[in-house]
Amino acid sequence: MATVTMPQLGESVTEGTVLQWLKQPGDTVALDESLCEIETEKVSAELPSPFEGTLGEILVPEGETVDVDAPLCTINEAASASPEPAPAAVAEPAAAEAEAAPAADNSRSGVYSPVVQRLAAKHDIDLAAIAGSGRGGRVTRKDVQALIDERAREAAAADGIPPAAAPLPLPDGEVVPPPEVATVAASDAYDVVPLSPTRRKIGENMARSTAEAPQAWMMVEADVSGLVDLRARERERFAGVDLTYLPYFASTVAHTLTDFPELNARWHGDELRRYRRVNLGIAIATERGLVVPVVPNARDLSVAGLARRIDDLVARAHAGKLRIEDMEAGTFTVNNTGAFGSIASNPIVNHPQIGIVTMERVVRRPVVVEGDAIAIRSVMNVALSFDHRALDGAEAGAFLAALKDRLEALS
Amino acid sequence: MAEVSVLEAVRETLDEVLAADERVFLLGEDLEAGGVFRATDGLSAKYPGRVLDAPLAESSIIGITIGAAHYGQRPVAEIQFADFIHAGFDQLCSEASRWSWRTRGEQYLPMVVRTPWGGGVHGGQHHSQSIEAYYAHMPGIKVVAPSFPADYRSLLKAAIADPNPVLFLEHKRTYRLIRQEVDGAPAEDRIGKSRITRHGDDLTVFAYGLMLHESLAAAEELAGEGIECTVVDLLTLNPLDRETILEAARATGKVLIVHEDTLTGGLGGEIAGIIAEHAFEDLDAPIRRLAGPDIPPIPFHEAMETAFMPDRTKIAAAARDLAAY
Repeated sequence: MATVTMPQLGESVTEGTVLQWLKQPGDTVALDESLCEIETEKVSAELPSPFEGTLGEILVPEGETVDVDAPLCTINEAASASPEPAPAAVAEPAAAEAEAAPAADNSRSGVYSPVVQRLAAKHDIDLAAIAGSGRGGRVTRKDVQALIDERAREAAAADGIPPAAAPLPLPDGEVVPPPEVATVAASDAYDVVPLSPTRRKIGENMARSTAEAPQAWMMVEADVSGLVDLRARERERFAGVDLTYLPYFASTVAHTLTDFPELNARWHGDELRRYRRVNLGIAIATERGLVVPVVPNARDLSVAGLARRIDDLVARAHAGKLRIEDMEAGTFTVNNTGAFGSIASNPIVNHPQIGIVTMERVVRRPVVVEGDAIAIRSVMNVALSFDHRALDGAEAGAFLAALKDRLEALS
Repeated sequence: MAEVSVLEAVRETLDEVLAADERVFLLGEDLEAGGVFRATDGLSAKYPGRVLDAPLAESSIIGITIGAAHYGQRPVAEIQFADFIHAGFDQLCSEASRWSWRTRGEQYLPMVVRTPWGGGVHGGQHHSQSIEAYYAHMPGIKVVAPSFPADYRSLLKAAIADPNPVLFLEHKRTYRLIRQEVDGAPAEDRIGKSRITRHGDDLTVFAYGLMLHESLAAAEELAGEGIECTVVDLLTLNPLDRETILEAARATGKVLIVHEDTLTGGLGGEIAGIIAEHAFEDLDAPIRRLAGPDIPPIPFHEAMETAFMPDRTKIAAAARDLAAY
């Protein structure tokens, strides 16, 4: 029977808290399979099992904090236990090097260097499947690179692209150098990723916006406890549509813009065009990149209507079926950055629009409420980037304050 | 054109600059007689009054150099052995380094201090030391340490033309050992640039001076074993060429830094720091340093000096170990 202890997650860390057990007594545990989640003052991490077998006894219940090296659980090792269990968490190089390296030494097969991990993540490579050529069976950068190159060759062959582009002979016998084909790894030092049309367009738009429009940024915090309750109540009524905060937010933004037409505008060279309708751009992250389809006349739609409309746009965005008219004539943009877990972001204005707001993640926090009391409330940051050529901080701030009031009034 | 040694490259460049610029003069011990290494051989006769003997007082030599630079000259001082330069440490670090800052950039100190450094000549503890790290630490003093004759020519010219103080280090073991057909050879004329002199994808070696040549010899030997090294000639030690250092480190993810200076506080630590800080995600092995041991005197006895100094055998062994990591 082996004992798993609390690892030292960081040089100065002396204790850790077991957040959650991912395995229960009697469960089969593979080598490096996650046993539990641990939190320290520096990091949170899943604890990989240093042993193979079945989980025996849990010695530290969830939520309890213990010192580094304190026993966490026991594992009844499998008969074919791994020859040399690595210490939990990070292996100590000095200790491992002290071992003389006999033939078929695989003591370091699970130790991955930064570059190996980065390349593996980038190219979706299962490192455990590679027989490492480094000391102790360590997978080296060159091992991973060889696999990447091999895949690139296979992909190129499948696409009918010659693996190494040969010079192209012209009719008159002149030879032109091969074009720089960006489909195969061009160097050991980096991989060439051809830009998709979407990626290229995003890049152009972002560069243009930051180059042309001097942008300022501000943020407010809104207590959206009422909205959280409201959404929980209404969620059940929306069959077939997953009701997120976004439709409420979009609706609130659209109505706030009624009182602040100076933000519902586009910059056109030497004039500013204020729009009577609110055509609200919704930023959507897809596998192909960011797209911002537009909900026309968003102010005329109910929250339910917005929810269905946004749901439709999201579905078509992911399917790559947005139409040109979905993308046109936006007058203001909303970005639901909270969906990524962000609590503060600094968006880039969707030029030639002049304003973009982000709704950050709704988090529960202690806040000071009336009567100098402290209460647990659901709060959210709302950030605004705006084109400082078109308006100033006072107007932008007034808009954000009004938006905050409207959000806090939802219940 | 015939091959040129490091020493000839230095002498010919001094000759050329003395001829081209009347403000240039040389100052140092025994220079009129040609200097102990013969770097100024024949120059005092050719340029009367511009190749000056100095007393054995390094602080004065550097102090006079500072004064002359203040008055619009382009002085080039020689400290006979780098081991003795510390007598002028205060002049260099407390005065010369900061002049343009003290005058808010209104005045500059166009001065060069040349000095032979390094071991491998059985010079014993007072004629073999590496002193670069003390001065490379000092902002305001550029430290140049070339390896090949062509770079000695271009960088010595650049140092004399530079408006700020430059410490120009000449590895004494390479003076006659290293020869090069300089016409057409790569010649860096910008202070602050390093050069990748050899490309390989197994590991990257950083070195300067004699150790660069030992590293290239080791790389040649290793190529026969199937281990390919990228080798970087640092050329300038302050300011370090971060861009090239990072590019070369990223190319292989395995880094070996070689210097004959002692390990603790040597340039290797700074280079390792730059790489660890900016190329962490490209590393495939712990950064390795091969340096002189942390003992103050370089031994005189041949066997002990050999034990003290890194060489191609030790570099190849360290590189093999790193390649296998």
